[in-house]
Amino acid sequence: MTTTHTHELTSSLLYLDGVSVSFDGFRALNNLSLTIGAGEMRAIIGPNGAGKTTMMDVMTGKTKPDTGDVLYGGRIDLTKLDEAAIAELGIGRKFQKPTVFESQTVEDNIVLSLRGARGAFASLWGWRNRVPQRDIEQILETVGLANHRKRMAADLSHGQKQWLEIGMLLAQDPKVLLVDEPVAGMTDHETEQTAQLLKDIAKDHAVIVVEHDMSFVRALACRVICLHEGAVLAEGHIDAVSKDDRVIEVYLGR
Amino acid sequence: MSRALYLRHDRLGLGFLMVLCVLGILVPVLNLALPVTSSWHVPTYAMSLMGKYVCYALLAVALDLVWGFCGILSLGHGAFFALGGYAMGMYLMRQIGTRGVYGNPLLPDFMVFLNWKELPLTWFGFSSFGYAMLMVILVPGALAFVFGWFAFRSRVTGVYLSIITQAMTYAMMLAFFRNDMGFGGNNGLTDFKDILGFNIQAQSTRACLFIASILALAGCYLLARYMVHSAYGKVLIAIRDAESRSRFLGYRVEHFKLLAFTVSASMAGLAGALYVPQIGIINPSEFAPGNSIEAVIWVAVGGRGTLVGAALGAVLVNFSKTWLTGAMPEIWLFALGALFIVVTLFLPKGIIGTAGEFLKNRRERHAPAPTGEVR
Amino acid sequence: MPSRILIPIVAMLALLASALGTGASASPTDDAFARLASDQFAQIEQGIVELSAIGTPEAAAALEALSETKLFYAPDKSLVIKQAEGRFASPSGAALSETPAGLKQVRINNRVRRALESALGSLTLISPDPAKRKAAAEAVFKARDPLALPLITQALARETDAGVKDTMVRARAAIILASSGAPDLERINAVDVLAEKGDQDVLALFSTVKTSASASVKQAIETAIGAIERRLALLSSVQNALYGLSLGSVLLLAAIGLAITFGVMGIINMAHGEMVMIGAYTTFMVQEVIRARYPALFDWSLLIALPLAFLTAGAVGLVLERSIIRFLYGRPLETLLATWGVSLVLQQAVRSLFGPTNREVGAPAFMSGSVDLFGLTITSGRLWIIVFSLVVFAVLSLVLRATSFGLKMRAVTQNRRMAAAMGIRTPWIDSLTFALGSGIAGIAGVALSQIDNVSPNLGQGYIIDSFMVVVFGGVGNLWGTLVAALTLGVANKFLEPLAGAVLGKIVVLVFIILFIQKRPRGLFALKGRAVEA
Repeated sequence: MTTTHTHELTSSLLYLDGVSVSFDGFRALNNLSLTIGAGEMRAIIGPNGAGKTTMMDVMTGKTKPDTGDVLYGGRIDLTKLDEAAIAELGIGRKFQKPTVFESQTVEDNIVLSLRGARGAFASLWGWRNRVPQRDIEQILETVGLANHRKRMAADLSHGQKQWLEIGMLLAQDPKVLLVDEPVAGMTDHETEQTAQLLKDIAKDHAVIVVEHDMSFVRALACRVICLHEGAVLAEGHIDAVSKDDRVIEVYLGR
Repeated sequence: MSRALYLRHDRLGLGFLMVLCVLGILVPVLNLALPVTSSWHVPTYAMSLMGKYVCYALLAVALDLVWGFCGILSLGHGAFFALGGYAMGMYLMRQIGTRGVYGNPLLPDFMVFLNWKELPLTWFGFSSFGYAMLMVILVPGALAFVFGWFAFRSRVTGVYLSIITQAMTYAMMLAFFRNDMGFGGNNGLTDFKDILGFNIQAQSTRACLFIASILALAGCYLLARYMVHSAYGKVLIAIRDAESRSRFLGYRVEHFKLLAFTVSASMAGLAGALYVPQIGIINPSEFAPGNSIEAVIWVAVGGRGTLVGAALGAVLVNFSKTWLTGAMPEIWLFALGALFIVVTLFLPKGIIGTAGEFLKNRRERHAPAPTGEVR
Repeated sequence: MPSRILIPIVAMLALLASALGTGASASPTDDAFARLASDQFAQIEQGIVELSAIGTPEAAAALEALSETKLFYAPDKSLVIKQAEGRFASPSGAALSETPAGLKQVRINNRVRRALESALGSLTLISPDPAKRKAAAEAVFKARDPLALPLITQALARETDAGVKDTMVRARAAIILASSGAPDLERINAVDVLAEKGDQDVLALFSTVKTSASASVKQAIETAIGAIERRLALLSSVQNALYGLSLGSVLLLAAIGLAITFGVMGIINMAHGEMVMIGAYTTFMVQEVIRARYPALFDWSLLIALPLAFLTAGAVGLVLERSIIRFLYGRPLETLLATWGVSLVLQQAVRSLFGPTNREVGAPAFMSGSVDLFGLTITSGRLWIIVFSLVVFAVLSLVLRATSFGLKMRAVTQNRRMAAAMGIRTPWIDSLTFALGSGIAGIAGVALSQIDNVSPNLGQGYIIDSFMVVVFGGVGNLWGTLVAALTLGVANKFLEPLAGAVLGKIVVLVFIILFIQKRPRGLFALKGRAVEA
């Protein structure tokens, strides 16, 4: 079994087919199939335990599927790679709980994330020790943290940490961004800003957003997938999906 | 960014190096230049004792590199220390030559006693100082590399790693107690005569060993400091605080850990190598798990993740140990035990960490935060 | 019945006596006695052979005295036996009023000694005591004297005890096999008989006989040697397994408390070994009190110590949890350091109270002695510890599974917040669980006091092994701990003959270190997202 196929098996950037994962008898993903094209944005909704986080774990190599294919760029079998290799390919992830490096400054968090050689020796005396200020400023301005670059990440507010994490994602310059509940704990104003930010990013990146906040999902104005019990329950425009009887039954409520 | 690499902004580090410099000059001078009758005279035994503390400080700095900055709580650093010590001890044994009890020019006394006819393969080359020094660095480094390669690749972390490092040093202790390992068994290596042709008991040799220890500590401190202040160090801290996040950023966590672990083990080996000629013996009890865990508390007392604190803690704890075991031997274990408990409960950042926090708070109270708005 | 057996014996003896007798001048006994009263070894040996054939109590007495170097002869060639307090008696047992002058000791060389042993063997073959008969048969087996063949054949015919009969059959077969004059068929039969219960002695016999045997006998012997060696190898495997189980049960005892505190609660308690030590010292205290006040209760001392050790160690554990560990939840590495400190304090405290030397803990009567199992000897102490460890394991499983406390404990470890919401006082469950784990370590100490030195360092010897067992078995899994402890124990004992005790232990340690790296969650790992949280 080779990691890279000689010709493209699919035209989509990220391709999941028949993926199943179980933990101690509990099926977290059940024959899940979905695809994302380059530069597309998808919102994933679904009740707790629907498999949203596990899906992201599979895409980023944290969890190996029991069965099924996960292909990137139509050729590369992601199930054979570990987290670091997948990150290098260009799949970046923002976690549900904001995980920034708390005991380091905002700018160091960005420096750590910047795309480029990531070897131990490279970091010991390589370019990452001499990052141009401009590169960092640019990213921090995009996520609105330019005034905070010297602060400890631990001292940021919850919303600021979410943005810092999105900034770290941008610094990685990935092709695909996996964003898990970016607006949890944000004020309405912050939520709006975040939606705008993600829409800007989606212009030149593929973005997958997992979110419960329906008004935020609506603001993203993209295709929506509803997961339930580890499989796709409904897919389509937000209006169609939110009117789907099964989606209302299992997730939105009447 | 990179200005963090320059020492002039690091008052703590500068102060530390200056103290080392002063000690490295003053102590040998006071020992060699002043007559024994002078009240300023530093006796040779005291100088060797200080040399021992300096070696412990080096071990502590090595441990802090992995524990303080990478979150690897190694309970097996005593093994690397002892391996370095054994490598040095083997060189010193070969220097004895025909002056041993049995007068065998090739074999150390214990091998003659065991009725061995030829030098085991492991001992070849140790008559050369250069080779021995290479082994001091390489053997602990290689063990750490192999051990770490297995452990970090399979993502053994936290207490599991601590426990298997402890098992490692325990297994090494059992092994070195065996006579047929060829390292002197129970008694270890001792009765050294000279080093590089100089009498190991001579005052001037002792002074040189002391200076060498100070230089080794300063050098390793600078190396460790360079590592932790570079982007590499940022990644180490990132791994310490959020290992899985670092992986998702694309860092090969195991490589970073492995480099730190290996460098740290070599430093520990160097510390052991300098320790042995000043103490005059190396035996398997140096591998005892208790020794390794005691080194951890030095780092904790001084303040993990500060390097200077680790060295300070090593000296403070060992000075107290020397004093207490002399004055009230039965109190020492109570005091050490209490130290473990008190430091973890009430002083988790150690002396340097707590002092630094105190100073920072005071500064912030007197001046507004230097950067922009605070929401 | 007796007459049917007696007649042939009497006939046989008469035949032998007449065959060996040298003349009619005196009774055969006197003749033989006269031969003993000599300084020529050949004469003495001849006399012994004759006496063994005569087999009267008088003859037996003389031979026994000879073997104890108490046989002397007077210048008139009459034999006397030296008795206690320097008095003498004749072989017939009549005490001599005065010590005869010019007594000489009957001397023995190796050749005579062999003849003597075989003669004594033959004589006691018809002793009324079965134990003596068995010992005699074994002596015959060792001597393989062809002259003893008729005697052993007779003795065999009248033997009723199955065990003794077995030994005699073997002895007879050994003689037949050893006598080169016997027909091949008989010798091969003898090989078969011997092979059936072959041991090291039989192997030795086979290898001496083999060199001079005919081809067919040789072949039979070689086949038999193969069979015996296979059987002995199996036996030694069984022995290793039993010793391994014994070691494994010790590991289980030491680790089972840790399986609760570390395995279930995730607390790294480096003072676990000291809980075991406290249990052992409790046993010591209990025995001291019993020895001083109620010596009759000594056999019950361990039973009395069990609850006390549980309570003492449990109480220490409770205090430890309330005063230190609860402030460190979620910081396992700090817990490790703090509890290491506690272990140092406890060791030193015990050293100050009881002194640094080993304290004597006695074994009650039912635990001393040993038991024979399939030809293997096992001390009953070891056997009891196997039983005891399994009982502790069973009781603990039951407590966790079937009591309300166990239910609450599992609820707290699985989902603390949910358990709290259900009204469970989680801090108390934590404390009690830790106390339970510590108390079980104390119980282990009672058992380990029987096989280990009770000193302040007792616990240190177990801490690394215990952690290895729990980690190897899989954290949070009592069954894993059981399997791991027994596996490691058995593995250790099988490695010992190959590599020596210390190297075997090192190999096991290295194996576990490698194993943990392959499967960091142990043999029986829990899988899933929750584990990594």
